Amino acid sequence: MYTLSVSPHIHSNLSVKNIMWDVIIALVPALCMGIYFFGTQALYPVVVSVLTAVITEGIISRIRRLKTISNGSAIVTGLLLAMIIPPGVPLWLPAVGSACAVILGKEVFGGLGRNIFNPALIGRAILMASWPTFMTTWMEPKLSLFGRIDTITSATPLAIVKLNLSQELPSYWSLFIGNVGGSIGETSALALLLGAIFLFIRKRISWHIPVSYIGCVALLSWIFGRNGLFTGDALFSILSGGLILGAFFMATDYVTTPITPKGKIIFGLGAGIIVVLIRLKGGYPEGVCYSILLMNAVTPLIDRWKWTIPKKFGEINA
Amino acid sequence: MIIKNFGFSGGIHPEDSKTGTDTKEILNLLPPKKAIIPLLQHIGTICKPVVNIGDIVKIGQKIGDAHAFISAPVHAAISGKVVDICPMPHPLGSKVLSIIIESDETDTWAIKETKRVWNTLKPEQIKHIIREAGVVGLGGAAFPTHVKLSPPKNKKIDTYILNGAECEPFLTADHRLMLEYAKQVVTGLKILMKATRVKKGIIGIEQNKPDALKKITDEINKESDTDIDIIALKVKYPQGAEKQLIKALLKREVPSGGLPMDIGVIVSNVGTSFAVYESVVERKPLVERIVTVTGKGIRNPQNFRARIGTPFSDLIEACEGLKEETGKIIMGGPMMGIAQYAMDVPVIKGTSGILVQTKDEVCDKPEECCIRCGNCTSVCPMKILPNAITCFVKNDQFEHAKEYGLLDCMECGACTYVCPAHIPIVHYMKYGKIGLKK
Repeated sequence: MYTLSVSPHIHSNLSVKNIMWDVIIALVPALCMGIYFFGTQALYPVVVSVLTAVITEGIISRIRRLKTISNGSAIVTGLLLAMIIPPGVPLWLPAVGSACAVILGKEVFGGLGRNIFNPALIGRAILMASWPTFMTTWMEPKLSLFGRIDTITSATPLAIVKLNLSQELPSYWSLFIGNVGGSIGETSALALLLGAIFLFIRKRISWHIPVSYIGCVALLSWIFGRNGLFTGDALFSILSGGLILGAFFMATDYVTTPITPKGKIIFGLGAGIIVVLIRLKGGYPEGVCYSILLMNAVTPLIDRWKWTIPKKFGEINA
Repeated sequence: MIIKNFGFSGGIHPEDSKTGTDTKEILNLLPPKKAIIPLLQHIGTICKPVVNIGDIVKIGQKIGDAHAFISAPVHAAISGKVVDICPMPHPLGSKVLSIIIESDETDTWAIKETKRVWNTLKPEQIKHIIREAGVVGLGGAAFPTHVKLSPPKNKKIDTYILNGAECEPFLTADHRLMLEYAKQVVTGLKILMKATRVKKGIIGIEQNKPDALKKITDEINKESDTDIDIIALKVKYPQGAEKQLIKALLKREVPSGGLPMDIGVIVSNVGTSFAVYESVVERKPLVERIVTVTGKGIRNPQNFRARIGTPFSDLIEACEGLKEETGKIIMGGPMMGIAQYAMDVPVIKGTSGILVQTKDEVCDKPEECCIRCGNCTSVCPMKILPNAITCFVKNDQFEHAKEYGLLDCMECGACTYVCPAHIPIVHYMKYGKIGLKK
């Protein structure tokens, strides 16, 4: 018998799995830099986080009796979660976070495509609320690839500014290559940008959210400087903290962000405003995680907003 | 010759896969032993038979007609005896009342052999001839041509466009037609321009057919008294979609819900132009057309000139048959063609090709959940939001879907082609349009 189906009868071979693996490849440089600077203290949480995510998703797929084979989204969630927790944490922490990310961030909504919030950020938000001490104890970057070293407490560049610590701020170069305290995968702007360029070339992400998000943070940070209007350090605000990781890898998550170009720009601007508000006025030194989560929540609203919907072909101006 | 064109937004670049047949000459296929001629081969009212069972008919004799304005008569495509008038399987699905003619093997025509001088005909006469010949749009939609040529008085037509884009992968019928019958195609356009009193003509051809571009250009250059431009179009699907073609050639947008005549344009396929030439000059009604039979599942792909009513199986046999692992038989191209459940359906006026896919070519990946990647919205040539519409349609919220442009969708399939979750978006669009009617 011949197959009967609705047109079209050919397909581009693009699949969700392709896209997920592109994201995984794009995250590799930043992971390598994290492991390079923080050694096994960064490696083990990554391994635990990814394994937990994959196993958790496997169990839930069994319970939900899904026939589909894994499309790699659990690996992405696991990797992203590991990248936004500090190196040197006890290993149960990434395990709990990763399981929460998969279960509460994604599967409770019905799985990939139906989740409202970025799963990895949900995982981090839960860890942050439950174990704030672990989540804010930072390691000094040490170039000790696989030697076990004791955790040396340090502060992230944003914390130095926020808490007016007497520590010296790292140079732009250190911030750029990632030789500073911070989460496992967020410190190296260079490596993250490499991954982002790969995603751009593969046309997996568009410029709208990263540019509007980072641009907004840079502009507002410059305007509302700590020493008066128009004195802020825009470059420092971009390179420190998780902004680059968030802007290119989390705020570009398809499922939880608007679909139209205009909607994406609104998302980016909104997230940018929230980041700067939290950094300047909030209780935390960093606001990337919450800025994206909050904008995730309003994404359906943005998508429904008529102004963001592009003019269709042949639409006459009213 | 102008090379520049304005283009249109969206669209995709599937592999064109035309190398199987684009160099193969059009072969005259032997008339079938038995022709099945459906009384509905066009958009509009179905014809009523004007012959009875047992009647002897000749080629070109009218066998079905309707009084309605939007309709086109059908003609006997072989000479012989009417053996039955009954519902038969139709390539567009379901059964349609058809006239079955058994061949007398003499292949005699019912027409005069003298050529008609068209220059002296009045527009109304041309339209009448075209209607009586049963000419419809041969690009696939099969809209009666005489209706297209009669826009309401308040619509001022300034440009006649001939569509030689043939943007569907695999198909080469129009390409071969332009190469082998360039003169007839150009004359057809001149007749159409005369019928509509339009001074300006444009022929748009995709750049992947340089030989056809050259041939048609040479033909135009021989004519000194006409204003016909030839424009090489970018190779992009759906370049041959009427609205996108007009946009690329003239930078005009057909208003949503409107027709090309609303912006002063009429578009016809090059095949239609050829049929018009044949009907007006050669006095031949539309009883045959060019059909590309191609695909990996065909042993020896060919372009045929086949009689209307020839069963698909005859064309496939003339190509040395199917390979064993046949998966899908499609009437038309791979993007908008219609999958067939039987091989005994006949060639109809809108049959531009028969595409046979092997089992491994058939894409049957399960539908996954939309991940909102937005690929569908960026390739949509109508610039609507297929993902949002699909979501509404799935929940039977047809009015919302309409608000988002459901009725603007022309089902070109670009969205479905790029969807990583393998969502059959076109299917939901069709379902939504049906739902909206209820």
